[in-house]
Amino acid sequence: MKAFLILEDGTVFTGTSIGSTRECISEIVFNTSMTGYLEVLTDPSYAGQAVTMTYPLIGNYGITPDMESKKAWPDGYIVRELSRMPSNFRCEGTIQDFLKAQDIPGIAGIDTRALTKVLREKGTMNGMITTDEGYDLDEVLPKLKAYRVGDVVSKVTCPEKYVLKGDGLKVALLDLGAKNNIAKSLNERGCEVTVYPAHTSAEEIIASAPDGIMLSNGPGDPADCTSVIAEIRRLYETDIPIFAICLGHQLMALATGATTHKLKYGHRGGNHPVKDLATGRVYISSQNHGYVVDEDSVDPKVAVPAFRNVNDGTNEGLSYIGKNIFTVQFHPEACPGPQDSGYLFDRFIEMMGGAK
Amino acid sequence: MPRDLSIRKVLVIGSGPIVIGQAAEFDYAGTQACRSLKEEGLEVVLLNSNPATIMTDKDIADRVYIEPLTVEVVEQLILKERPDSVLPTLGGQAGLNLAMELEEAGFLKEHGVRLIGTTSETIKKAEDRLEFKATMEKIGEPVAASLVVENVDDGLAFANKIGYPVVLRPAYTLGGSGGGIAHDSHQLVEILENGLRLSRVGQVLVERCIAGWKEIEYEVMRDSAGNCITVCNMENIDPVGVHTGDSIVVAPSQTLGDKEYQMLRTSALNIISELNITGGCNVQYALNPDSFEYCVIEVNPRVSRSSALASKATGYPIAKVAAKIALGYTLDEIKNAITKKTYASFEPMLDYVVVKLPRLPFDKFISAKRTLTTQMKATGEVMSICDNFEGALMKAIRSLEQHVDSLMSYDFTGLSEEDLLEQLAVVDDMRMWKIAEAVRRGIDYDTIYNITKVDRWFIDKFAVIVEMERALQTRELTPELLKEAKRIEFPDNVIARLTGRTEREIHDMRHANGIVASYKIVDTCAAEFAAETPYYYSVYGSENEVDKTEGRKKVLVLGSGPIRIGQGIEFDFCSVHCTWAFSKEGYETIIVNNNPETVSTDFDIADKLYFEPLTPEDVESIVDIEKPDGAVVQFGGQTAIKLTESLMKMGVPILGTSAENVDKAEDRELFDEILEECEIPRPTGGTVFTAEEAKEVANRLGYPVLVRPSYVLGGQGMQIAINDSDIDQFIGIINRIAQDHPILVDKYLQGKEIEVDAVCDGTDILIPGIMEHIERAGIHSGDSISVYPAQSLTEGAKAKIAEYTRRLAKSLHVIGMINIQFIVCGEDDVYVIEVNPRSSRTVPYISKVTGIPIVPLATRVIIGKKIRELGYTPGLQPEADYVAVKMPVFSFEKIRGADISLGPEMKSTGECLGIAKTFDEALYKAFLGAGIKLPKFRNMIMTVRDEEHPAAVEIGRRFADIGYHIFATSGTARALNEAGVKATPVRKIEQESPNLMDLILGHKIDLVIDIPAQGAEHSRDGFVIRRNAIETGVNVLTAIDTAEALITSLENTDIRKLTLIDIATV
Repeated sequence: MKAFLILEDGTVFTGTSIGSTRECISEIVFNTSMTGYLEVLTDPSYAGQAVTMTYPLIGNYGITPDMESKKAWPDGYIVRELSRMPSNFRCEGTIQDFLKAQDIPGIAGIDTRALTKVLREKGTMNGMITTDEGYDLDEVLPKLKAYRVGDVVSKVTCPEKYVLKGDGLKVALLDLGAKNNIAKSLNERGCEVTVYPAHTSAEEIIASAPDGIMLSNGPGDPADCTSVIAEIRRLYETDIPIFAICLGHQLMALATGATTHKLKYGHRGGNHPVKDLATGRVYISSQNHGYVVDEDSVDPKVAVPAFRNVNDGTNEGLSYIGKNIFTVQFHPEACPGPQDSGYLFDRFIEMMGGAK
Repeated sequence: MPRDLSIRKVLVIGSGPIVIGQAAEFDYAGTQACRSLKEEGLEVVLLNSNPATIMTDKDIADRVYIEPLTVEVVEQLILKERPDSVLPTLGGQAGLNLAMELEEAGFLKEHGVRLIGTTSETIKKAEDRLEFKATMEKIGEPVAASLVVENVDDGLAFANKIGYPVVLRPAYTLGGSGGGIAHDSHQLVEILENGLRLSRVGQVLVERCIAGWKEIEYEVMRDSAGNCITVCNMENIDPVGVHTGDSIVVAPSQTLGDKEYQMLRTSALNIISELNITGGCNVQYALNPDSFEYCVIEVNPRVSRSSALASKATGYPIAKVAAKIALGYTLDEIKNAITKKTYASFEPMLDYVVVKLPRLPFDKFISAKRTLTTQMKATGEVMSICDNFEGALMKAIRSLEQHVDSLMSYDFTGLSEEDLLEQLAVVDDMRMWKIAEAVRRGIDYDTIYNITKVDRWFIDKFAVIVEMERALQTRELTPELLKEAKRIEFPDNVIARLTGRTEREIHDMRHANGIVASYKIVDTCAAEFAAETPYYYSVYGSENEVDKTEGRKKVLVLGSGPIRIGQGIEFDFCSVHCTWAFSKEGYETIIVNNNPETVSTDFDIADKLYFEPLTPEDVESIVDIEKPDGAVVQFGGQTAIKLTESLMKMGVPILGTSAENVDKAEDRELFDEILEECEIPRPTGGTVFTAEEAKEVANRLGYPVLVRPSYVLGGQGMQIAINDSDIDQFIGIINRIAQDHPILVDKYLQGKEIEVDAVCDGTDILIPGIMEHIERAGIHSGDSISVYPAQSLTEGAKAKIAEYTRRLAKSLHVIGMINIQFIVCGEDDVYVIEVNPRSSRTVPYISKVTGIPIVPLATRVIIGKKIRELGYTPGLQPEADYVAVKMPVFSFEKIRGADISLGPEMKSTGECLGIAKTFDEALYKAFLGAGIKLPKFRNMIMTVRDEEHPAAVEIGRRFADIGYHIFATSGTARALNEAGVKATPVRKIEQESPNLMDLILGHKIDLVIDIPAQGAEHSRDGFVIRRNAIETGVNVLTAIDTAEALITSLENTDIRKLTLIDIATV
């Protein structure tokens, strides 16, 4: 069946329908990872977005037990070609069936490179995937322009708290749309991880007397998360060690007076170099963010830049002065992508006083 | 970290002659590195014995020494030039080994020279089997159970312990030379004995066989601050067991999930960090297809063939970055030359698929075993890029220029299913075609997988291609079907064949439906950043990204495709210089080529690079978009020449000599007319199509005769026939390949062979020099030792050669290059045997030794300049006051079963140069450069055909005089002894021990002089002797003149007296 991707600027790509045939309107973004399509599909940070894979062959190794959350989150999925026959010793099914089962609409067979160039030049924009051949641009475009990602954190966070048993340090993980591997990375280091829904009050977390607090990644515009920011401000005021990733990093910055802005087309992929400003070392990181902390807006008395992106110089991490708080924009939990910055979890363990 | 300012003068060591396992990729890497060093204002001293390389140009380095790559030479050079540093990691294994020897001997330290790039400790840790294993164990990286042995008994004992099959890998050898898989003790002894001999340190690794696992490679970069990145990973479609150089390789990996990908990536970073490598490094893995279990196979602590491939596959300039790292820069300080916005500290992201196919030489070595093992056999490779795997594979297949254009090109339809399954188990160069046939027959994927261990994902991709074949055969050719066939890169001619239409009809149907190729950019970042680099590949069904360029005149330079015997790196040298010359003249330059190992496919050589097959259809698609003002075909070897007619049909003017005149030189009858007109004699002969006609001509001329197909390079299919049955056999072989052109039969003249390259501007000619071959006519010019200036010609003969060259160039209306081969009989009887109105193999050599930049000169002539106005006096140039000897280098030890005896068909893979004030010293240097370092044991074997006994006796006497003990087969021994030269007769191989074979396997023989009888009746005995000698590392000479040259050089030269010549000052 034919499918169409219609962009806010009127560009139309014609391809073949994959996954669900239902229509979707979403923000269109691209990811440059060459492997890890399943991790991307199940990363809650993509809620409210349709993701384009720039690597042209997707689904080669099928569906493996590597989901980063319970379900697939993107509103839509855009690829050049889906492999008709996956091959891997852990393969449990095809990506075609997965997309259908997850009710994700998608489009294949389009020139994803041309699409990426449009997004690169004009910036992230909204779009629609439809199988309706009779679409009317005059009708569609205003709808696309009106689309807002909105409050997606509430959609992706866990409904109630749960615990990953461990006999070491006690970590409270605030689930803003967390990828499984964050909790897993801590759990593997012996931590007992209690995962809290995003709207848990600071009091409740503080009352549980954790050794440390982990703020996770998550979707959407950080500035929209006003109530969570207020709670994080209260966490900041305690002396509990805090480590934050991605959205968590942005929310901590907002909670302490800094601002964020939307990048033209974001950083999504597994090849982004970040420099540890303390050592000068460069690490290749996994990234997935459309917003970034304005480094200029950070009060130097509150926090100092800890990491910076080598490509565009944007902020990639902050170290809070007089606090045991450390936050990064990129993804040390990888999945997908390079594991180079996994050592930051060890640093967090140290911040909490070392492994028990 | 800024650059280390204490580094001011750097010695770069190249990789020497092209041999299998060490080819043009090191010219590419070395050239890129030298340019990168010069960019930093450093003084670069270059040492490489290979004159055909671009790196040995004086514009690339400040001081250029084309001298033998031996420890003595490097020591002498260091004393002469006093560099402060040596960069050893860009010249392949040859350069690395040399640097290590000097370091180990303490020479570098003693003279205040340091190794930059990577330290000797690191090299040792990576290259020494024991240290490597210990290092891997220390950081918990798994390696296959293995033991380094120094004798056969230990090897047998260990193999019995871990069980067969076992893999054998000699330490410090090239391209897995001497290695292999042993399935039983018999094979183990055979391979191990050979491997121990070939290893520089007499060590061989005996290892648990993990054949059948996935073979995955990572290319890693690391700087001195410890930052590391992976440039890309690559997956070999052929599982572990086939050398990666002979494997079909795809980038990035296709069947690895993120978990496997990152697991191996992290391992590679851990390894490069532990080894403390600064620069580039290649890590090879075996990955169990059924689990996360993996083994580290090998680490190359240097730039390698794989890194050249990775560079071209991603656009990331590994050698350039490695050179900058050696100077102290860190990755985040080095700009990404493609985006010019980002830095070298990132990882390329591909939005396309790259396929590399090996170019195997079995068309040259018909008797060779076609099986592929851990010992590399490919002479070169092709790469292709597409947005789908099937398309990349189809493009790569037709880039090979081996009469293959699809998965139907080898016919296995005649095999029974049982035979086919048996054939699938044979790992050879045709396996992919056998898998396709199996798919065609409906044999299920699991069966194919269980036999071949080729991942089902790839089998399914072959199936997609097979299904398209069937669809084209059975379904109506709708525009939709055609579009899909083109998306997966079926060429028009294959579609035409399958649909029963003409190629023209397919072409027209495509254009009528807008199904045309468009071009995408290789940008290292999957379009995330705007790229400024015009490096393109074609796709169907997508948006075109090529910027329409106008303004300057535009020239299309056609490259020479994969390196093969007969068409090597020389043509890349010519293509690159031609491109640079056009650029200097203000032209916009466009290169089309498909060889990832070359300088010409570096993205900053031409204004635009199209990485594409060199077929008429693929070139036409480029022409349609670029609309060039002209094309140059005379620098890209036969590959480019073959495109002449098609280019003219596309309306592209051929710059330089016209196509019609190219034809005249190739067409026998037209050429005869010209020779007659010019009053130039040539050996009598005739043009034939059948064996009957050939025999008729041969008998009229009288045997021996030379038989060869027209329109070939490297003497392919050329043979000397001494009787009618030879003719039957040779014509049969020639006709096995599709033959559109007639076969030539000429009287075989045994005289001196002379070669000339000249530039003609339509009025005047310029001949840089006359080259004389040491071997008499009958041995291919590419396999002959060539001497400049000619040593034994009379002034009269020289004048005739110059005059004939002038007449021929003028009457063929040559504009640009011409290459002519002559035979001189007696004093000054000069015959023309071959004329090529194009650049030749000897152009780089003669350019360098005469100091005349022939290619730039010819290029300027092509665009209308005159030789005189360019500041040159026409005619034969004055001779230099030194002698330069070009020596062929062979890779026979790599090709099991190949006959090494020399003849009219070319067999050498590369060349080296000896340059000196005297002929003897130049000759000695050339032999030394080719690896013939004598004497050692002062024992030799002679077995010479009867006609050559008189010459052999004299040579034997001279060897005896310098202390050689001669063993000889009965006839030769008798002749020697009768002449008073002491020789010990030895039994032939089929006779009882001790016989010739025992002598050879006794490892005490320096040299075998084996002059086989002419004609097809080569004795089996001689063949076996030659093979065994070669495989045990003994030097074998098969031409009497070569033997004479060798003894001459040995008699007169003492190694310590070598004088080194900076050819940049020539």
